[in-house]
Amino acid sequence: MVDPVLRTENLRKRFGGLTVTDEVSIDVMPGELHAIIGPNGAGKTTLINQISGLLSSDGGRIWFAGRDITHLPAHLRAALGLARSFQVSSVLSGFSVLENVALAVQARSGSSFRFTGRVAAETDLNEAALAVLAEVGLAHLAARPAGLLSHGERRVLEFAIALAIEPKLLLLDEPMAGSGHQEGARLQEVLRALKGRFPIVLIEHDMTAVFALADRISVLMYGRVLASGSPEQIRADARVVAAYLGDELE
Amino acid sequence: MQSLLVPRTQEPAGWLSAHEIFPVAVFLAFALLPAFAGLLSEGYLLSLFARVMIFAIAAVSLDLLVGYGSLISFGHAAFVGVGAYAVGILSVHGMREMLVALPVAVLAAGLFALLTGFVCLRTRGVYFIMITLAFGQMAFFTASSLAPYGDDDGLTIAARNTIAGWALLRDERSFYYFVLACLLGTYLFCRVLVGSRFGRVFRGAKENPVRMRTLGFDIYRFQLTGYVISGSLAGLAGFLLANATECVSPAYMAWQRSGELIIMVVLGGLGSLHGAILGTAAYLFLEEWLSGFTENWKVIFGPLLVLVVLFARGGLLNALNGLAVRLARG
Repeated sequence: MVDPVLRTENLRKRFGGLTVTDEVSIDVMPGELHAIIGPNGAGKTTLINQISGLLSSDGGRIWFAGRDITHLPAHLRAALGLARSFQVSSVLSGFSVLENVALAVQARSGSSFRFTGRVAAETDLNEAALAVLAEVGLAHLAARPAGLLSHGERRVLEFAIALAIEPKLLLLDEPMAGSGHQEGARLQEVLRALKGRFPIVLIEHDMTAVFALADRISVLMYGRVLASGSPEQIRADARVVAAYLGDELE
Repeated sequence: MQSLLVPRTQEPAGWLSAHEIFPVAVFLAFALLPAFAGLLSEGYLLSLFARVMIFAIAAVSLDLLVGYGSLISFGHAAFVGVGAYAVGILSVHGMREMLVALPVAVLAAGLFALLTGFVCLRTRGVYFIMITLAFGQMAFFTASSLAPYGDDDGLTIAARNTIAGWALLRDERSFYYFVLACLLGTYLFCRVLVGSRFGRVFRGAKENPVRMRTLGFDIYRFQLTGYVISGSLAGLAGFLLANATECVSPAYMAWQRSGELIIMVVLGGLGSLHGAILGTAAYLFLEEWLSGFTENWKVIFGPLLVLVVLFARGGLLNALNGLAVRLARG
């Protein structure tokens, strides 16, 4: 039996009297795309924040790559290979597209406590960054400041940044949110190309994309895992259809 | 392919591109001044310009924090004061050797930055401003109550530092060029720093701290390092200031001084380093000129500052750049 890349055990988060994630236990197997769906306010983004370390947990444990990372700060989790994207695009707007990705390459390529040498002229960083940009089809915009990108382009740049870290696990928080039909289709293609290369946790409201891409789906309701299984099982699950999918799949 | 690798404005391209005209012109003006100063009253001009360059060192070091890190230090004068007091206290005990006093001044300011930055950098935004102000005031009141070293009055320094026994700095011209060399060194050092791997992470932490953390950077360590470097450079300014004025006073650390440094940086234009030099020159020349008319020169200076902030966003440097572009187009 293969060990999961990521495992959470009874993970919990409270904001005041509100329990946002309640005893959430999920796991992600190597190469798997595990989608987490559920209505707004179900605790999906909170769960991602707990896993990536931006929020501390009030209970439960998190294992990643065979280590207990429950109390590890966010930057050390990232250094272990846990990469994420944000629901609201989070890029360095004042940096060029190339610089954004080159910074991610720099993050995994060792020391950043180097005070001399022009980083903009480091061919290793730039070439690795350009290779990633070419892969996601953004190379033609390399010199553009990230702040001037369109919404969809910024989404793709987020993928590029996450890829450049060469992650062991990718956490994607609603990568298609706010995208138009065409942009959404393009992002779905990028996702399909990534699938299998890394294990991915995908939070998404676009059910067409989720059912087309996911190997496994967990449904989150009021902070609890309502059901977990293959897309077929989830589609057939009466509780899930009644509680959530009913409206979405019409 | 090559064109893609050209860095953006924040990372200056090679020498003597359009962006380099201003810094080169500024340093050329400083270098040539003594040749023409003889025509007027030399001593006055040299000491005024040396003062401008000393404060420019402090302003450039502050620009490193404010312009490249969005770390608005409101206690920057304290680092200058610590450097100056190092010179004064050593001098009281008979140590007037620069090879000792300069490293002590820089290290003392750096150590003060390390200890205070350790706490300050755990806060953000307004709280960072308040806590740096608080540490600055603590330094001010500590200096004011140093009984062996002159209380509120500070210290007079009997003679300027010697360099390996050589009284070079006691000659005004030599001192002037020494200060110029320090400013040039500081400027070039900071330029290299912001363009380095370290600089990229430091600037990234300004843009988006959360993103930097999820990339795996412990931004606290980078910001603390930047804070210590900036404080040490301000300590260098303090060393020079003590030697220029041949006295040391708690007033060097007063919060008004920290405020003036922020005004200099903002006036010149944030995040370019040479903008800070321009801003310092503009501030001190205006002060000198306006105070010739009236004791209450700040009544005129205040509204001028408001006009610059309103109509020349990005400071004097931006305004000058705009002017240059317009002239080039004819």
